[in-house]
Amino acid sequence: MAERRNRNTSRPAPLTLGQPSVVLDTTLNAVFHTIIVFSVFLHFAGHNAPGGGFIAGLVAGAGLVLRVITGRAMLRSRVGFAPEYLLGVGVLLVTGTALTSLILGNALLEHHTWKIELGPLGTAKTTSALVFDTGIYLIVVGVIATLVSTLVSESDTEDEEPKVST
Amino acid sequence: MIGILIVHILVAALAATFGSRLRARVFWLALAAPAATVAWAASIWGDVTDGTPVVQERSWIPELGLDLRFVIDEFALMMLFIVGGVGVLVMAYASQYFGEEEGLGRFTAFLTVFAGAMTGLVTADSLLLIFVFWELTSVTSYGLIGFKDTKSAARGAATQALIITGAGGLFLLAGLILLIINSGSTTLSGLHGATIGGSIADWAAVLILIGCFTKSAQVPFHGWLPGAMSAPTPVSAYLHSATMVKAGVFLVARLSPHLADLGPWKPLTLTVGLATMTWGGYRALRQTDLKLMLAYGTVSQLGMLIAVFGAGEPKLLFAGTALLAAHAVFKASLFMVVGIVDHCTRTREISELSGLRRSMPLVAVTALVGGLSMAGMIGFAGFLAKEAAIVGYEQSKIAGVDLALAVFIGASAFTVAYTLRFLWGAFADKPGVDPSTHRPATLLVTPAAALMLPTVIFGLADGWSTDLVRRAAGALDTKSAVYELILWPGFTSAFMLSMGAITAGVVLFAMRAPIEAVQARVGRGRDAADLFQDGLQGVLNGAAKIVGVIQPGSLPLYLAVTLIAVVAVPLAVIIDDARLPADRVWAESPLQAAVVVATMLAAGLLAFAQRRFAAVLLLGSIGLGSAALFVMQGAPDLALTQLLVETVSVAIYVFVLRHLPARFKAPPSSGANIVRASVAAFVGITVFVLTVTAVADRRAEPVDTELIARSYDEADGSNVVNVTLVDFRGFDTVGEALVLVVAAVGVVSIVTANRSRSEDDEAAEDGTEVRHG
Repeated sequence: MAERRNRNTSRPAPLTLGQPSVVLDTTLNAVFHTIIVFSVFLHFAGHNAPGGGFIAGLVAGAGLVLRVITGRAMLRSRVGFAPEYLLGVGVLLVTGTALTSLILGNALLEHHTWKIELGPLGTAKTTSALVFDTGIYLIVVGVIATLVSTLVSESDTEDEEPKVST
Repeated sequence: MIGILIVHILVAALAATFGSRLRARVFWLALAAPAATVAWAASIWGDVTDGTPVVQERSWIPELGLDLRFVIDEFALMMLFIVGGVGVLVMAYASQYFGEEEGLGRFTAFLTVFAGAMTGLVTADSLLLIFVFWELTSVTSYGLIGFKDTKSAARGAATQALIITGAGGLFLLAGLILLIINSGSTTLSGLHGATIGGSIADWAAVLILIGCFTKSAQVPFHGWLPGAMSAPTPVSAYLHSATMVKAGVFLVARLSPHLADLGPWKPLTLTVGLATMTWGGYRALRQTDLKLMLAYGTVSQLGMLIAVFGAGEPKLLFAGTALLAAHAVFKASLFMVVGIVDHCTRTREISELSGLRRSMPLVAVTALVGGLSMAGMIGFAGFLAKEAAIVGYEQSKIAGVDLALAVFIGASAFTVAYTLRFLWGAFADKPGVDPSTHRPATLLVTPAAALMLPTVIFGLADGWSTDLVRRAAGALDTKSAVYELILWPGFTSAFMLSMGAITAGVVLFAMRAPIEAVQARVGRGRDAADLFQDGLQGVLNGAAKIVGVIQPGSLPLYLAVTLIAVVAVPLAVIIDDARLPADRVWAESPLQAAVVVATMLAAGLLAFAQRRFAAVLLLGSIGLGSAALFVMQGAPDLALTQLLVETVSVAIYVFVLRHLPARFKAPPSSGANIVRASVAAFVGITVFVLTVTAVADRRAEPVDTELIARSYDEADGSNVVNVTLVDFRGFDTVGEALVLVVAAVGVVSIVTANRSRSEDDEAAEDGTEVRHG
């Protein structure tokens, strides 16, 4: 198959992803989970400190991009579903929260705050805006994941096997 | 009434669910819906005939004057009996007509929804509600005509019917809105005593009439009705004779008492109606397919109804009501007869049918009764009604009524001739054709035969039918309730005209051989369906030309147009009235100046970059420069966002770049380069001036003071940027998030479409090698 592609001179041979660099690979192992945890932190911190769904989604998306650059599968094999589902769930959460407040008789996207007493630990506070922001988070991650997985076509993963043999 | 509509919806849902299991038995289930209509109509008979219409009302969209307001007066009651009664018979007929066809559940659901829409249409009092039901009948008829969805002819006919009646519906909507504005009434009943007049009312009349003409298949919009004959026969018997095509006639009848005095109303209805009546009759005479013959006959009869009702005079409203009822009954029965013949012999061509009067005598008698009523033979419903119409025209004072009467009589002669042709073609023995021996199932014939009864009783018991028609017509106009239907009028002039029409019709039929020869020489010509196709093609071609001009496919051009449009409007505002800042601060710190210089340097280099990869990196570094500026200004959220967006987009660019050549294509000419450079310079400088001016020339209170003040108290968040995104401006965020999703879906479809195309190409190129290898 690789042979066929080289003979096809009508189209410039696409630059394939290079051999994974050992340094990058090792670094990724160290930081990928940290990146994801950091993005979740940013997501929850967002209401009161820098962060929020959009930024947190971009951080997680950047982590996924890093995985792809080092030649790994991004999501499909690991999580078990296509990135397009993230888009769907995100849209559902965003429109769902918007409509729920409308159905409850409030203004569109009027958010509710819950305060929970945790005894000696103090008071935890959360708001329905967090659900909305989670929707934004999923949409941003979903958009990046969808774009990258589409642009990194199957031909790249196909190419890997013959490359090993040569 | 609302209950009846709910019954229809429920029955439709049940039919759609269980249709595939029940097969043709599903029609017995669906029969419950029109039966409920009839039962309900019978239960309110006493109330309505006492002279007090039954009114039911429920609020829906009061802001638009659109409420679920139904008024069942005696005219509506008559229509209910027609819609429900014929509906019951058609459902029973369909249960025998269909066998093992696929998709009967969907079909039955459509038919039931249609029946519900039709009951709503004839009883609705809100003008806009009438429109809602009107469109619902158009939409459901699309599904019904296109039942055989594997045949392109059926799909084409369904589309044609939908486009014509749907477009007509828009005219109707415009007309109704103008009528509401002009009369100040949102209901039919409110039109009594309303002052209607002036040019707005004239336009309302014209627009409403166009809507009615399309729905009731008037020239020149009639082409869809013969096309719709590709529908199964139960649909033709129900929609195309008794109900849907009567919607236009119904509305003309309802509005004529109020609008007939407007300038365009009478001339339009009279000319279009009579032209349709004549043309339909003429075309019916040259058909060899029984069903098409009836279809053109229906076109002709609908023209007659429009011409009679459109005059708006009490006597003609009375005659029209009688004609409407008579036509619904005999035409439904005749369509069922065609269906029986088709079902048994598998043909509708008159040259292939012979001996049917012996093999199916009851069918032949049914057709004879229906046909004689259609032709206006003494003793039948059609005669009484037509007689009343002729007398009405004789006594009318409309301009040009003598000419109209002459055309009416001439067209009636056509009616007689095509009726005879129909009866002869279907049932006569023809030399050289094998006589048919098929015997139809009893249950298939019963519904058609049952419709003989009203036709005969209506015709013979003239006192009884007079009473009924007086009640119904009296609901249109109280002055109509004094006229009579007369079984034996004596040798009046109207009677002589009727007899003249019949005689002329018989002569036309007797001379059918020479007439056919003449018609053959005239040639087929271009009919309405061709005109429709040409028109449709013209619209599509025109659209293609316009798209070719405004969407030439040049990305630089799109970009230039977009950018110039974005800056042009604010630029105009600045030139008109703006103060340039008096004191200038070039930089707040040396670091800031350094970042700005570096960013500008990257931008300058970008313009001269030869390699795509270098360009992407430079673009990214411009973004990083901006992010650095945001940090210095104390906007961490903004800076973080900018940084991440730049990072991710550079990475995505790189993925795209792998599929592109390393270097940019050389520009087509140095001239093009100069144009691009000047557009870029213009946009860049304008944005700079805009920013500087906007900051210096603030006139409104900044929003941030208010948002910051409200952020924690109202939204429990101390990050005002995030609170703005998810709460204060949350709706914007919803929109932006959806745009992101749409963009992602768009990218996926474009990329995968391109990929599968190039893979196809490769497969084609490699085809030979694969076979050898």
